[in-house]
Amino acid sequence: MSVVFMKEIDHLKRQILTLSAQVEESVILAVKALLTRDEELAQQVIRGDFDVDQVEVVVEEEALKIMALHQPVAADLRFLTAVLKINNDLERIGDLATNIAKRAVKICKEPALMMPDELSQAAIRARDMVHDSLNAFVNFDANPAREVCGSDEEVDQFCKQVRRFVEEQILKHPDGISGYLDMLLASRNIERIGDHATNIAEDVIYLVEGVIVRHRTDGIL
Amino acid sequence: MDIQNPVKKKSNRLAEIAAGKTFPTETHDVLKSEEPLLEVSGFNLSYGAKQALFDINMIIPKGKVTALVGPSGCGKSTLLRSINRINDLLSTVRINGEMKLNGEPVYAPAVDVIELRKRMGMVFQKPNPFPMSVYENVIYSLRIDGERNKSVLDEVCERSLRGAAIWEETKDRLNESALGMSGGQQQRLCIARAIAAEPEVLLMDEPCSALDPIATNKIEDLIADLRGDYTIVIVTHNMQQAARVSDYTAFMYLGRLIEYGPTSTIFQNPHLQETQDYVTGRFG
Repeated sequence: MSVVFMKEIDHLKRQILTLSAQVEESVILAVKALLTRDEELAQQVIRGDFDVDQVEVVVEEEALKIMALHQPVAADLRFLTAVLKINNDLERIGDLATNIAKRAVKICKEPALMMPDELSQAAIRARDMVHDSLNAFVNFDANPAREVCGSDEEVDQFCKQVRRFVEEQILKHPDGISGYLDMLLASRNIERIGDHATNIAEDVIYLVEGVIVRHRTDGIL
Repeated sequence: MDIQNPVKKKSNRLAEIAAGKTFPTETHDVLKSEEPLLEVSGFNLSYGAKQALFDINMIIPKGKVTALVGPSGCGKSTLLRSINRINDLLSTVRINGEMKLNGEPVYAPAVDVIELRKRMGMVFQKPNPFPMSVYENVIYSLRIDGERNKSVLDEVCERSLRGAAIWEETKDRLNESALGMSGGQQQRLCIARAIAAEPEVLLMDEPCSALDPIATNKIEDLIADLRGDYTIVIVTHNMQQAARVSDYTAFMYLGRLIEYGPTSTIFQNPHLQETQDYVTGRFG
């Protein structure tokens, strides 16, 4: 194994971990801003997205360069393809956190709305999924990644309950429609964060075990 | 990364080159910001009636690793051997154009070729240790320069063997014959011998092609370690090796320098279609 190649892989690992930390922080802050109606916090998340986008481009360039110059195989190839895909998912999660923050800013300007418990439960669960999938990546551990995949259904169920709650509230309080629609959009963004965390977890399983588990119906997960 | 001109310059120039035409080299702008150790301008070389190099214009940047790649017969070894004037040994060789090492002409009539070659180290395809001890191999260039001070010789020997990442393997057998070493060890010994004279540039002509993958890996790591302290020009048939070890890559074809730029760009997004076709294995 070439020393130069190992150094470049280590450097890439550090870069993607930096991006992971940034994105995880964005999700935590966006959810907090939404649940606590904290406009300043939401603005902070929106401003931070630029940095996430910059790091995403750097990580992609580095990974492509390593692939072009070192022709990795086996575990190294799986690592680099996983990095490219996880990088993409992280950037999307960053965008979704920004969208939640934008909804939070709008909700802050509306009269106070009733927040259903399911919204905070969905948000906390999705946040934990991001955290756990990234931990699985850091530790090259497929077991927590499998648990993350199993959690996606919970987030989806919470978000469906939020949707029912929003429908009821709009019928009862048509004046608050704007705020409730923002809430619905925020829950949709939370649900998508869960989906991307699931993608990351699936990529970790591929990275560790070399098995593509997406779209499997044979219970391999 | 240099991302200029993502659209390849479409052309069918290979056929025109084969018919004898010469085009200006596609030299990437980033090379202009490099400090040159060697400057080659308008350089032509013929073996008798057969011209082997056509109007080569390039700089070799100081402290960097430059790889010369191209199909067999493209002139990459000829260009490398022109740098230390080994081609002069052939009576049929005719040369015109200019080459400067650190600003001083390589081909002026007044140049002492022996002195010039002392400023350059050369490593060949097949390891060529002299039939003498490891120690005497390393300090050979100092010996012929008349250096007799034992502590100086010892110091140079250890420093050079360490620099070539072979000190640990040889420190207890310095007085044994170098011919008893493995091929990979012999090649690193040859690199140690080359750097003992503190050359301004190291010329490597297919230094790994006679070695197994593990020995190749060690030589490649060594090249990475020497980068910065030494300017290295390496000729290789192995494109993956060029990609792994070099900072800059020069693609040659039928004696022409076709494209010259950062290795990462040459292997990801070359400017010319011809280069892309070569590095992707579509010809050559």
